[in-house]
Amino acid sequence: MNMSQTKDIRTEEFLINMGPQHPSTHGVLFLEVKLDGEIVVDCTTHIGYLHRSMEKIAENRTYTQFIPFTDRIDYVASMNNNLGYVTAVEKLMNLEVPERAKYIRVIVAELNRIASHLIGIGTFAQDLGAFATPLFYCFREREKIIDIFDRICGNRLTYNYMRIGGVQFDLPKGIDETIKQFIAYMRPKLDDYDTLLTYNAIFLARSKGIGVLPKSLAIDYSVSGPNLRASGVRWDIRKEEPYLVYEKMEFDIPVGVNGDAWDRYKVRIEEMRQSLRIVEQALGALPEGDPTVKAGRIQKIAPGEAYMRTENPRGELGFYIVSDGSTYPYRLKIRAPSFSNLALLPELVKGLKVADIICVLGSLDILMGEIDR
Amino acid sequence: MKKMRQDEIFADIKAVFPEIQEEAGSGAAVIPKDLLLKVARYLRGEPLAFDNLHCVTAIDRKEKIEMVYILYSVSKRRALTLKIYLSPEDLNIASLASVWRSADWLERETYDMFGVVFSGHPDMRRILNPYDWKGYPLRKDYTHPEFIPKPRL
Repeated sequence: MNMSQTKDIRTEEFLINMGPQHPSTHGVLFLEVKLDGEIVVDCTTHIGYLHRSMEKIAENRTYTQFIPFTDRIDYVASMNNNLGYVTAVEKLMNLEVPERAKYIRVIVAELNRIASHLIGIGTFAQDLGAFATPLFYCFREREKIIDIFDRICGNRLTYNYMRIGGVQFDLPKGIDETIKQFIAYMRPKLDDYDTLLTYNAIFLARSKGIGVLPKSLAIDYSVSGPNLRASGVRWDIRKEEPYLVYEKMEFDIPVGVNGDAWDRYKVRIEEMRQSLRIVEQALGALPEGDPTVKAGRIQKIAPGEAYMRTENPRGELGFYIVSDGSTYPYRLKIRAPSFSNLALLPELVKGLKVADIICVLGSLDILMGEIDR
Repeated sequence: MKKMRQDEIFADIKAVFPEIQEEAGSGAAVIPKDLLLKVARYLRGEPLAFDNLHCVTAIDRKEKIEMVYILYSVSKRRALTLKIYLSPEDLNIASLASVWRSADWLERETYDMFGVVFSGHPDMRRILNPYDWKGYPLRKDYTHPEFIPKPRL
């Protein structure tokens, strides 16, 4: 063959559809990926497959009736969503919650943060090809937290536990012992993860230096939560605008150095350690008393508006509530952290290989229920 | 770090843009529509350094549509809410996607739900609803055959 003919051969750009039904997209996410060989040239994100028009539904529900819907925004961190919503309504009403309710809220929110991060890192390891074992280990630990929640509120996934003015039930007798046992059980497990996964050579090779998110880009895209902190920004709403009793709690904000996929994973592992610290302190300082104020089942809220953001496992969850004086919210905007965290995906994956899309997506720990609402 | 008080931020902006009003109740800065891009660029730059456009949304008040922009400064630790009143007949507004990149998806969602058109936006498509959806669901006058409002308590 004449060698001069071969130089005319070139590779065509190739378009592949990833999703909406794909095991690695963490829900129904549709990525349109343009490839040059194995290199990603362009990536377009299509979302909305799980859109349930929560904001419209809210306008037709009373304030209390909307609480079960918040369970389903980010369905692996329902407690934190409940918390974000009820604190926003309480801010709008200027309602002070009893001390005991604040502590209970902190305990369940931090336990749920651990449960959520366990899913995050478990599925991330699964995406990288550590098939089943890390995920099963994470689910084994998460199961213990779910059992605790089952005893506290009777539900395993969608808790519907917080109420405007407090919590639905007081903690059951003996639950503090169970939680203490869980803390003692969980601490060595986190060290196990470090030896099994965090510094595993294959895991490092797949995640180190992949999907590097610089500090300025992260802020520009309004990325929040562990993803922002992995880029080296020391920013946590629990410290910046402390709500409930977080100002009395002693904990550190873990930050990353490079902002790559491994840092995002590592920050989550460290955050679980910090959450255990918070739960331990809150249990120790738990005051006696009634865990709820009698706010009544139907609230009529004076006209006004309030914006409240809380630190969810995935970032800053904001509720913007406008009241017109009736028993229904006039407008309720949910600012979902994953929505902004996903927006920058095309930016991160350009120039990487196809398999790295999965790695970056897994490390961002998005949740489609929250993005589409 | 000591936080800059809300009124100090206001005084700073008002010195440059005297047209800005403070909304009673919410404490938001109400700015004229045609000043939006100028104000946004000013806020983004030094000395105020609002580097994070956290949330963009709208409120349908029937007689007007309020645009809401929630801004944060991560480096200087401060917050500000901007508002713009739009008349329902003219829902055109400048896009902030050239100032903050987070505006891209947030403005698309506002367009999808309220029909506010952002001129200068790089990719003005629907985002959560199907691309061929008719109408803007979060408008108060929106009706759909399958949407039956619940009887009020």
